Amino acid sequence: MSHVRVGIGLPNTIPGTPGALLVEWARRADTGPFSTVAVLDRLVYDSVDPFAALSAASAVTERVRLATNIAIGPLRSPAMLAKQALSVDALSDGRLTLGLGVGARRDDYAAAGVDRRTRGAVLSEQLAYLRGQLDESGVGPARPPVELLVGGASGAAFARVARYADGYAHGGGPPRAFGSAAARARAAWRDLERPGEPILWGQGYFALGDPDRGSAYLRDYYAFTGPFAEKIAAGNLTSARAVKDFVRGYEAQGCDELILYPTVADLDDLARLVEVLA
Amino acid sequence: MRVRVVGAGPSGLYLAILLKKADPAHEITVLERNAPDATFGWGVVFSEETLGALRDADYPTHLEITDSFARWSAIDIRYQGQVLRSTGHTFSAIRRTHLLDILQRRARELGVALRFDTEVAAEESAEDVDLVVAADGANSALRRAGSFGTTSRPQGCKYVWFGTDLVFDAFTFIFEQTEFGLFQVHAYPFDEHTSTFIVETTEQTWRRAGLDTMSEQDSIAFCSELFASHLDGHRLMSNRSVWLDFPLVRNRSWHDGNVVLVGDAAHTAHFSIGSGTKLAMEDAIGLANGFVRHPGSVEQALVDYELERQPVVDRFQQAAGDSAAYFGRVRHYQSLAPIQFAFNLLTRSGRISHANLTQRDPQLIRVLDAWFTATATGQTALPGSVAPPPMFAPLRLGEKTVRNRIVRVGGPAGGAGLVLTGLVAVSAEGRTTEDCPVMDDSWAPHVAGVHAAGALAGLRLGHAGRRGAVRSSGVDVALRAGWPLVSASPLRYAPFGAVPAELTEQGMERVRAEFVTAARRAAAAGFDVLELDLADGYLLASFLSPLANRRTDVHGTDRLRFPLSVVDDVRAVWPGVLAARLTATDWARGGLGVAEGIEHARALAEHGVDLVHVRAGHSSGTSRPEYRRGYLTTLSDRIRNEAGVPTLVGGYLTTPDEVNTVVAAGRADLCLFEPPPTPLEAVP
Ligand SMILES: Cc1cc2nc3c(=O)[nH]c(=O)nc-3n(C[C@H](O)[C@H](O)[C@H](O)COP(=O)(O)OP(=O)(O)OC[C@H]3O[C@@H](n4cnc5c(N)ncnc54)[C@H](O)[C@@H]3O)c2cc1C
Repeated sequence: MSHVRVGIGLPNTIPGTPGALLVEWARRADTGPFSTVAVLDRLVYDSVDPFAALSAASAVTERVRLATNIAIGPLRSPAMLAKQALSVDALSDGRLTLGLGVGARRDDYAAAGVDRRTRGAVLSEQLAYLRGQLDESGVGPARPPVELLVGGASGAAFARVARYADGYAHGGGPPRAFGSAAARARAAWRDLERPGEPILWGQGYFALGDPDRGSAYLRDYYAFTGPFAEKIAAGNLTSARAVKDFVRGYEAQGCDELILYPTVADLDDLARLVEVLA
Repeated sequence: MRVRVVGAGPSGLYLAILLKKADPAHEITVLERNAPDATFGWGVVFSEETLGALRDADYPTHLEITDSFARWSAIDIRYQGQVLRSTGHTFSAIRRTHLLDILQRRARELGVALRFDTEVAAEESAEDVDLVVAADGANSALRRAGSFGTTSRPQGCKYVWFGTDLVFDAFTFIFEQTEFGLFQVHAYPFDEHTSTFIVETTEQTWRRAGLDTMSEQDSIAFCSELFASHLDGHRLMSNRSVWLDFPLVRNRSWHDGNVVLVGDAAHTAHFSIGSGTKLAMEDAIGLANGFVRHPGSVEQALVDYELERQPVVDRFQQAAGDSAAYFGRVRHYQSLAPIQFAFNLLTRSGRISHANLTQRDPQLIRVLDAWFTATATGQTALPGSVAPPPMFAPLRLGEKTVRNRIVRVGGPAGGAGLVLTGLVAVSAEGRTTEDCPVMDDSWAPHVAGVHAAGALAGLRLGHAGRRGAVRSSGVDVALRAGWPLVSASPLRYAPFGAVPAELTEQGMERVRAEFVTAARRAAAAGFDVLELDLADGYLLASFLSPLANRRTDVHGTDRLRFPLSVVDDVRAVWPGVLAARLTATDWARGGLGVAEGIEHARALAEHGVDLVHVRAGHSSGTSRPEYRRGYLTTLSDRIRNEAGVPTLVGGYLTTPDEVNTVVAAGRADLCLFEPPPTPLEAVP
């Protein structure tokens, strides 16, 4: 069993998080046991843009990787997405991991003026662009290939992982659910004859100081999923034991990198997590 | 808490019992449209694990249920006039009315109000109570009132649920061939006097036999006569026994507000895995436990219940779907030898494998293994024979013998019987990437190395077609400066890919010649197996798929024409084993379906192909594969048994047990074995 690296989410999608707190969060994460600082992406919500958040983080960190996990690719044109990603990668001296998916919200697409029905095809095109066309497009800064992850749960998503990406970004859930998705990612990898193994990323939510506040945030953030919001809130890791079991469970399923996202934007909660992981 | 339970089936009654037990202050009413002693069906089977859960949840009912069980440990398979008995299983069964009677009495004793002959309408308000439980079965009316994301569609065959006064001493499967087609029976005892006797057949056979227009009496008479030799003078009994479709019910969410679904209202599992009652009662346990964990909050309890139960139910529905599909195509297995037919049947749902059966029924596995190896080597197994597991049995292919059933790509052999190369192109134009080798005269040392390791050497030969000129990193990312591509039609494969030219007759002539030259070189290098690539969206595959072939000439109407002409020309000069990678289905809307894939396999076999390597998807860049474990196995099974051609299958088979199960069941002859890396092998 290989060792799982643990990364930390920035509170960029927790409404009302002050910019200074976001930056301080990243700075402290860099000193902590974390491998990565990661962000989520939502358009129609009180949240900070993922690439802006990572740019800020890059200025106050030296060690950690910076990841979108995931950014909703189709909301941006391929060239604009590439520009943002390459910029963060340049600012951070090559520390970006670009996770992309189609997202789940209609209103994000409506607000961006993008047709949601073709999102899968558009994401494929974006990935093909990032992997190929980009280097003859003149869109810079010129960078070596950025590490790419793709998320999603459909067969087409797994095929996209194997066709274009370096690994798979799972959307969250109990370790067992991650394990079955990971098996699909590996199967797709073999199916498309990629050498080696896909990198496997998982994620979870935590609230160690004020669980109720954390769960209330999750209910709000996932309100668009209807009845599933409650299930996601029920999965919030609210005790040291829950966090430890979760990390152990993901490790047992072969997860390479596990991102724990805060649900309360409070530096004390970050400190509590550091303590639990110590 | 005030609770209204609609439906006094196993799930509704058991939930009422558990909730009332947990807190006698709950006011619980169960409403049932039928009379207390009227229900559908006969007896139902339980499995061992369920019983443990029932004991912990409510000991008194557990005691009564288990006291009235019929128990046995054998499965009989009556096939082609033979009876095969597998032992070491554990079954128990109970009459449905008796189970309900036990549950009704216990519920009353605890103070649950039971109201029979009371039909509840979907519109009935849920506001006067804290919780409404929709335990009203697969055709739930309550479900229609809420928003649960329900899907319900017929699954598997037509069936009719009879009883009989013949007491079987095993779970008995009976297969009877008739002039109309195959009929099968699932029968098992459930008390000292009676057995369940479910008759099943495909809709086509059912219609051909005229059962669609027969009266209930005539249909009993038909079945009684058909199975007379098995019924041994006993009779079939009806309990509103009419021919039905089994509905596969799924719900995205199992609760809406304070209405919650349990049992068949939430999910069904095809009766051929006998788990519906078990799942229904376990739902009740899960839901009652939800209220123990969250006494104050209905919503939290319902969320907990769903989180606990949905993953379990998903697995059972998956297995049940596989089992139902098996019985839907079992007519195609009528040429399997009885022992193999039995093993195939026992492993149909993926829950039992070669390894599990080795534990449960070591004799059956010993006989199976001995039969398998004997058959593979052209001998007859003598009583008492032993043999290694099926994956180590040799396979005769044409003039060659593969030493075992394991296939590797690349190398080293690592114990495999056959080592295939990666794609080798017939020409520079036919390469995928710049690194893709073009067939030349350099392969003899490779072949010698593989032979020295004891394996056969196979060459995968192809022309990438419109999937050519791509980068080595990733897949299908076009090279900056590629080369001209050809395909059946001028359609690009992936975004930013080059548009291929439509292959002309002249081009076809050239490609055929390239395949022939390459085949001659393969023979000269000493390869044993030549695998032509007719899959994965490459040039030959592009002719086969309606997604890639939009031609208006003869190749558009006869999509096999060009690929078969290549096969013919190669067959004429290639002396060894000829294999072909073939797309069984495109997994895409408007694409090639399985039925046509099977036709293609049959055509290849007729043109001298000895082995079909079953592939799927990738005819276009937008296929939707379903990457679950062993995702190609059923396709291989269908090609092997319906087209009658030996198959090789991959699909991420990672354990020896999977390989043993696949080959022993006759789902494939060879398996691509792809174990994941393990740190164990890093330890010297
Ligand atoms: C052929 C066949 C064989 C099977 N064999 C097995 C087996 O061997 N083992 C096994 O475990 N399972 C088996 N099952 C499955 C099993 O019968 C069901 O899964 C199980 O009965 C589900 O229990 P339930 O309480 O959810 O629903 P049900 O048993 O269907 O009970 C629902 C109840 O609700 C009542 N009802 C419906 N609508 C209303 C309404 N509007 N108002 C009031 N009452 C209403 C009905 O009359 C019924 O009593 C089999 C099923 C079939 C079809």
